[in-house]
Amino acid sequence: MRAFEFVRAASPTAAVAACSSKEANYLAGGTNLLDLMKEDVERPGQLVDLNRLDLKEIRESGGEVVLGALVSNTDTANHPAVRERFPLLSQAILAGASQQIRNMATNGGNLNQRTRCPYFYDTAMPCNKRVQGSGCGALGGLNRMHAIFGWSNSCVAVHPSDMCVALAALDAMVTVLGADGAKRVIPFTNYHRLPDGTPQKDNTLEPGELVTEITLPANRFAKNSYYLKVRDRASYAFALVSVAAALELDGELVKSARVALGGVAHKPWRATQAEEFLSGKKATTENFKQAAEQAMKTARPLSENAFKVELGKKAIVRALEQAKKGGVV
Amino acid sequence: MAFDDTPSPEEMNPDELALFQELSEFGESRRFFLGQTALTGLSVFALNLLAQQEAAAQVQSEGAVLTTNPTDPGNLLSTTLNVNGKSHTLSHDSRVTLLDALREHLKMTGTKKGCDHGQCGACTVMIDGRRVLSCLTLAATCEGREVTTIEGLAEGDELHPMQRAFIKHDAFQCGYCTPGQICSAVALLKEAEEGQASYASQSLNDSGGALSDDEIRERMSGNICRCGAYPNIVKAVAEVQSGRETAQTWNFHVRVGEEGLA
Repeated sequence: MRAFEFVRAASPTAAVAACSSKEANYLAGGTNLLDLMKEDVERPGQLVDLNRLDLKEIRESGGEVVLGALVSNTDTANHPAVRERFPLLSQAILAGASQQIRNMATNGGNLNQRTRCPYFYDTAMPCNKRVQGSGCGALGGLNRMHAIFGWSNSCVAVHPSDMCVALAALDAMVTVLGADGAKRVIPFTNYHRLPDGTPQKDNTLEPGELVTEITLPANRFAKNSYYLKVRDRASYAFALVSVAAALELDGELVKSARVALGGVAHKPWRATQAEEFLSGKKATTENFKQAAEQAMKTARPLSENAFKVELGKKAIVRALEQAKKGGVV
Repeated sequence: MAFDDTPSPEEMNPDELALFQELSEFGESRRFFLGQTALTGLSVFALNLLAQQEAAAQVQSEGAVLTTNPTDPGNLLSTTLNVNGKSHTLSHDSRVTLLDALREHLKMTGTKKGCDHGQCGACTVMIDGRRVLSCLTLAATCEGREVTTIEGLAEGDELHPMQRAFIKHDAFQCGYCTPGQICSAVALLKEAEEGQASYASQSLNDSGGALSDDEIRERMSGNICRCGAYPNIVKAVAEVQSGRETAQTWNFHVRVGEEGLA
């Protein structure tokens, strides 16, 4: 690991001020950043430690639930208000990583974790995300785990988070503090971005911006939601495909639906065509199958991951069936 | 401190002496170590080592690789770690992880370094009662927090129930992952008691009661065992978590005619 200066931030404003240099990086749980520093992928000259900041609260305000950026993933998944009103989020968080990592990882950090594409990690390989202009090793390489939606010739990596797939489905809002001290709110589906020609940017944060809160707006999905994760082993593995499914039902009728996919794109992928298809229809297996077809219509698989298209369809149907039955609440 | 039974330098053969000196177990500098090993007939080895270290130092000072001069790192920190109820103040490089602080600075080698990348769980310890990966925790972030390692679980000679259960159920072969497995399992007890859910939970609001084997497997999935002792690890964790004693399924085998030897 390269040498860095360690600085403790006493307030969010002080943290933003300390992190204004290009060399600096925020440190929260460290579960991804420290690993990347050991691999020489991340090379910050300064770490601004956020662990003493007062952003560790989950509060209910009106119909919303507001998650502090430094609340651990474990505490978020097990918070009574989250369990009761957003069980989809609890379930998605619990599907990710291991208990040790969820205890360390924070909500803000989860959003900002980087892809686990092996070409990104291997400094001997080309990777436009790591070294702009060096090429994409995965495009013509081992790309079984990679994107089927929204990729470009410069990057086919996927966003690794489970939590973020649920946050995309739940239309969360991310509050960030800027270098000028001003707050700004980013709708979750605009927080992460597609690679286009600039895959080095994972999200739409401006340099130095700090995530302070994630807001979950009220919804009527709590009774019928489900997070399904399909992976190579039963636990502690990244998703091949994951599905966050949520239904607002009036008897058999779907009043509103949410379908978001993980493991398939550079950002959590909202399957809006599937949602629109289901709206106003009956919650039947046949309709779920047609919705899944809609969701996969724009898929563009790579040389080794065509299986994700069929797997994705089946996973969507299964997740919607489970949501209809009442999820895990 | 570890190595209480360390023999004195006079009792050691040259190889042992060299190794212990290198670990600075006797509080002596590398220079002294090199001088002494040369005197004790290991001069070829020592010169070789000296050459290698000088070569390494040169690579560092020529820039490019490491920007920090090793004699004046400029990133030294002082951190007070509370480990198993005892306070230790360390002066350390900012890059030192909790794992390396425990093993290399405090010589508490019970916590193991497996992958060093947060994938295997061998380095699991508890901070403020919660299990974490010490390889991905900077020592500097542990100021004022309570660290519990495998060395802190027993009460004197009385093993922690989880340690006893691991022995009873033969929950290891090589033992390298075991300290991490046990720390993880001890933390699991509290999580289950608090009603924390897992991805294997039938309901997010399940509370209390004995965990199923599937639950235990899911909750222990962050600890890898290359020997594959999983079935016995599950038995050990289940026994302590449920409070229901189960029979040990292995035994020393005594062959007919050899009873007298048993």
